[in-house]
Amino acid sequence: MGDLYDSQRAMRNMRKAAMQRGVIAILDIGTSKIACLVLRFDGPETFRGADGVGSLAGQSSFRVIGAATTRSRGVKFGEVDAMQETERAIRTAVQAAQKMANVRVDHVIACISGGRPKSYGLDGAVDIANGLVTDGDIGRVMAACDVPDYGVDRDVLHAQPVNFALDHRSGMADPRGQIGNQLNCDMHMLTVDSMALQNIFFCIKRCDLELAGIASSAYASGISSLVEDEQELGAACIDLGGGSTGISVFMKKHMIYADAVRMGGDHVTSDISMGLSVPMATAERIKTFYGGVMATGMDDREMIEIGGDTGDYEHDRRTVSRAELIGIMRPRVEEILEEVRVRLDAAGFEHLPSQQIVLTGGASQIPGLDGLASKILGQQVRLGRPLRVQGLPQAAIGPAFSGAVGLTLFAAHPQDEWWDFEIPADNYSGRSLKRAVRWFKDNW
Amino acid sequence: MQPLSAPRRPRALPRDPAPSKWKYRYQRWMLTPGVRGLIRIGVPCALIGIIAVSWYSHGTNKEMVAAKWEEVKATVQQRPEFMVSGMDVVGAEPVLADLVVATVPMAFPISSFDIDLEAMRQKVEELDGVRSARVRVGEAGHLKIDITPRIPVALWRDGDTLHLLDEAGTFAGVVETRTDRIDLPLIAGDGAQDHIEEALSLFRDAKPLQERIRGLVRMGERRWDVVLDRDQRILLPAEGAVAALDRVIVLQQASDLLDRDVAVVDMRNADRPTIRVNREAAGALHRAGQTEADN
Repeated sequence: MGDLYDSQRAMRNMRKAAMQRGVIAILDIGTSKIACLVLRFDGPETFRGADGVGSLAGQSSFRVIGAATTRSRGVKFGEVDAMQETERAIRTAVQAAQKMANVRVDHVIACISGGRPKSYGLDGAVDIANGLVTDGDIGRVMAACDVPDYGVDRDVLHAQPVNFALDHRSGMADPRGQIGNQLNCDMHMLTVDSMALQNIFFCIKRCDLELAGIASSAYASGISSLVEDEQELGAACIDLGGGSTGISVFMKKHMIYADAVRMGGDHVTSDISMGLSVPMATAERIKTFYGGVMATGMDDREMIEIGGDTGDYEHDRRTVSRAELIGIMRPRVEEILEEVRVRLDAAGFEHLPSQQIVLTGGASQIPGLDGLASKILGQQVRLGRPLRVQGLPQAAIGPAFSGAVGLTLFAAHPQDEWWDFEIPADNYSGRSLKRAVRWFKDNW
Repeated sequence: MQPLSAPRRPRALPRDPAPSKWKYRYQRWMLTPGVRGLIRIGVPCALIGIIAVSWYSHGTNKEMVAAKWEEVKATVQQRPEFMVSGMDVVGAEPVLADLVVATVPMAFPISSFDIDLEAMRQKVEELDGVRSARVRVGEAGHLKIDITPRIPVALWRDGDTLHLLDEAGTFAGVVETRTDRIDLPLIAGDGAQDHIEEALSLFRDAKPLQERIRGLVRMGERRWDVVLDRDQRILLPAEGAVAALDRVIVLQQASDLLDRDVAVVDMRNADRPTIRVNREAAGALHRAGQTEADN
């Protein structure tokens, strides 16, 4: 834990350095595409105080000066599968974005969509010594949260305090300066596979870039595509990506649950490829041009040329009706949504006051998806697009970029996490004593 | 049978635009602000510099540049605004003024850039009769030399030449004969010029003897002799010369000491002033004494 705490702190310092330089890059490493945005922090809001949310939800402090997308390579289920290929893809995206921005970027904020994220709800309580809650008490109550045994091969990605309670008053955003006897804290912790995280670290390092922060892509999509009242009242953001589908549940403007289904648009494509026996590239093209999930009578008559390169006329002139294509796609989309339903039920989503569901991500552009999703997930379903941020090119405003846009917001205003508060002194000294003892054991 | 139509090329995968690692690094390097500045400003400047230096390093080009430079410089310096057409010497008597003009010979008109005023000033100040000088190019293109002449206060005889001395003991010129400056007191002897102050005070003190005084002689570079006509001398001590002279003057006024046949009044020892009479007078005195004794 301490190790991760240090690395997260190092990333925060890196982010601070990047803010001073004024240029930072966003890297969304997905299964189907890698997007890189270059942000310049020079807006009028850059140097305003931390109180409240600025104009345009605090996004007027930066503008996007470079954007590039490239086909992703070597990534499967949102995890790095072939390191060299991924590195090349990252280089391509970063180089193109740098070229557009005409500035060199050294600091990168990345997101991870795979790695089997797992949510934990933590709580802790401490007695307030002199009746007044101070910064140190916040750090102490967070340190007092009993951390579950999440396994040695997993790392904490987010650890955000979502609720504070002072004696019997709950739902506090900031208890500092208030008077009470006992401070309780609820924390949401998200862990991912260490290996997946380390691979992304390593890939970015090999591109001569410094990692200034890492976030879950489900979280990033949520903050960019959920509107403010949805975040306040409770909503789930379903980020239908290429290789994985991220789920994040928001309540009172905090993420309280995140998960991922290891299925996405690429599986639909591979189904089409197998079902029609066409190459993946053709299947992708057919999916994007003619795909759908709700068949109508009209679709039986709409014939799609699926083509081929064999030289055999009969084979190369095959056609398939759109209804057949929908028949291939729909079960897989249903499967994904059913799996999402299962995860949401497990998380107790039905207990939220509002059960808005927002579909975003590249695969949410399948026509008729909202109709299908409302049958499976509930009536309050809408398709979401990311927030408009300044300078974002037209090509990058679609739902496929909600993760990247969410990361820009995350870069501008990261939420306070566990590691943003001071470690309690007693804890720290104990650790350093332990370290000294270990050093003696190792060396004598 | 082979198909007669040309075989369709298998559609190649879209070209992978991934840059190589070194290309990527090169591009990042070129986007570094320092490097960009260097290439945008440093390289053109260096290129221009190299071209200029290589062109200049050819002998003929170098001469051409030097000649052109001289030509431009001359056209500016020879402009009528900078020309000096004459010289005015102010504050000196005609003799000294002629001497000054002769010291700094100049062919007018001349450009003021070619005149080294400081050197000229030093040269003028080296003249004996000049105490200080100010040289400037004044109005109407005239070189103006302001002279403050030395005021001679004494004559100093050095062998056959008579030097003029000012109050600091500095030479202020030469005169041909004593009669040229009869108004100035005459001093002589080695080291006399270093004690002008004392000599002048002696001369002021010796006002009652003015008719008879010939001059002052520095003896042994430590004390003064007052030389009167009829080869009379007053030997003064090194310390308290003025007081000693006063005593002699009082003696003269009381008993006409110097009108008698006295050769030397020796005041070197204040306790025991001595006089030496001439040989004839001494003989006469001796004889008179004998006669008195005989009687």
